[in-house]
Amino acid sequence: MNVKVLGSGCANCQRLAANVRLALDHAGMTAEVEKVEDIAAIMGYGVTATPALVVDERVLVSGRVPSPTQIAALLRGV
Amino acid sequence: MQATAAGAQRADARAWALVAVATATWIALYRTILPFWDWLVYGVIGLDPATRLGGAVHFFFYDVSKILLLLAGIVFVVTVLRSFLSVERTRALLGGRRAGLGTVLGALLGVATPFCSCSAVPAFIGFVAAGVPLSATMAFLIASPMVDVVAVTLLYGLFGWRLAALYVGAGLVVAIVAATLLGRLRLERFVEGFVFETQVRAGVDPSLGLGWADRFAIGRDEVGGILRRIWPFLLVGIGLGAAIHGWLPEDLFARIAGPDNPFAVPLAVLLGVPLYTNVVGVIPLVAALQAKGLAMGTLLAFMMSVVALSLPEMILLRRVLKPQLIAIFVAIVAAGIVGVGILFNAVL
Repeated sequence: MNVKVLGSGCANCQRLAANVRLALDHAGMTAEVEKVEDIAAIMGYGVTATPALVVDERVLVSGRVPSPTQIAALLRGV
Repeated sequence: MQATAAGAQRADARAWALVAVATATWIALYRTILPFWDWLVYGVIGLDPATRLGGAVHFFFYDVSKILLLLAGIVFVVTVLRSFLSVERTRALLGGRRAGLGTVLGALLGVATPFCSCSAVPAFIGFVAAGVPLSATMAFLIASPMVDVVAVTLLYGLFGWRLAALYVGAGLVVAIVAATLLGRLRLERFVEGFVFETQVRAGVDPSLGLGWADRFAIGRDEVGGILRRIWPFLLVGIGLGAAIHGWLPEDLFARIAGPDNPFAVPLAVLLGVPLYTNVVGVIPLVAALQAKGLAMGTLLAFMMSVVALSLPEMILLRRVLKPQLIAIFVAIVAAGIVGVGILFNAVL
């Protein structure tokens, strides 16, 4: 599984990355969490509201920071 | 699918029940805080309402609890309503519009769309790629931080709904007028070239597929996040306000910054630009200053420049706008705010 957090390093992006790591632990999954800060790359996903969560090249969340539990549910659904 | 649909329905019913209980509790609390602090400060502790100390202590505790309750209630309702919109949907609504109507719509959507100025850069590029006119994009970017729900709630709590409504109206007018001017000046050449070349894939709309339970959870998280972030500023702001309320001379500002001083408004706006700190601490302070004779228009202009012209947002926007355009942007918005301040000083 390929997990990316999109955002230009703002506080919300760091919170999302932290929540994603917690969610992975919760769900007992291991995956590298990659941070994408390049604006052209972010736009390439069609994301206009950061932070965003991309799993296996699919945008699951954008413009908000879900809780670790909500993210874990999303990750299991992939 | 049947099972998950039923599950979502059950979750929604539970969420509505919780919201109903929370609403009843909120109303009960809101009605009891004034008699409660009267009873505790004047009755149990025995302070005299006529003394400076008694008045200031009561003012502090009553105002802090009232503002916290108002913020919790209003931020929750606004966030739940906003969850029906998204930057994505706004972009689709504004794409290909003509400048005039698009600018007005941009300002209105700037108020209604859930948006953090930290997304200003991707939103800007996304808007340009979708063919949104520059004036509509600017109206969105000016109105969004200016008509801030926390700022408007504080104005309502400290000054009443008339001033809060006036502030929202004035904020929209400044955004529309400034953005229209920016659009007329043909400033597209001051937008960094890569913005026009960036490929934007068809977007995802994060507002789709949310149930009521999800929307209420987003509202609850937002209330928690905002209260955690602002409570120290609120305590300091209202504490200083209470001290000013009790101890500074009544006519201090009537002499130096009353409605008759023509330099008061521009000075207040200049002061407000670098002060992007925290509007939550600033508003109770200016509320106390207003009681000491600071003119209302000067006060509104100061608040608008604090929230609308912030250094961090300018630094972010520098990635997509050349310095010339940022300078023109700041100058036009500041001039608009000064105009609003002078107008209010003349009519209020």
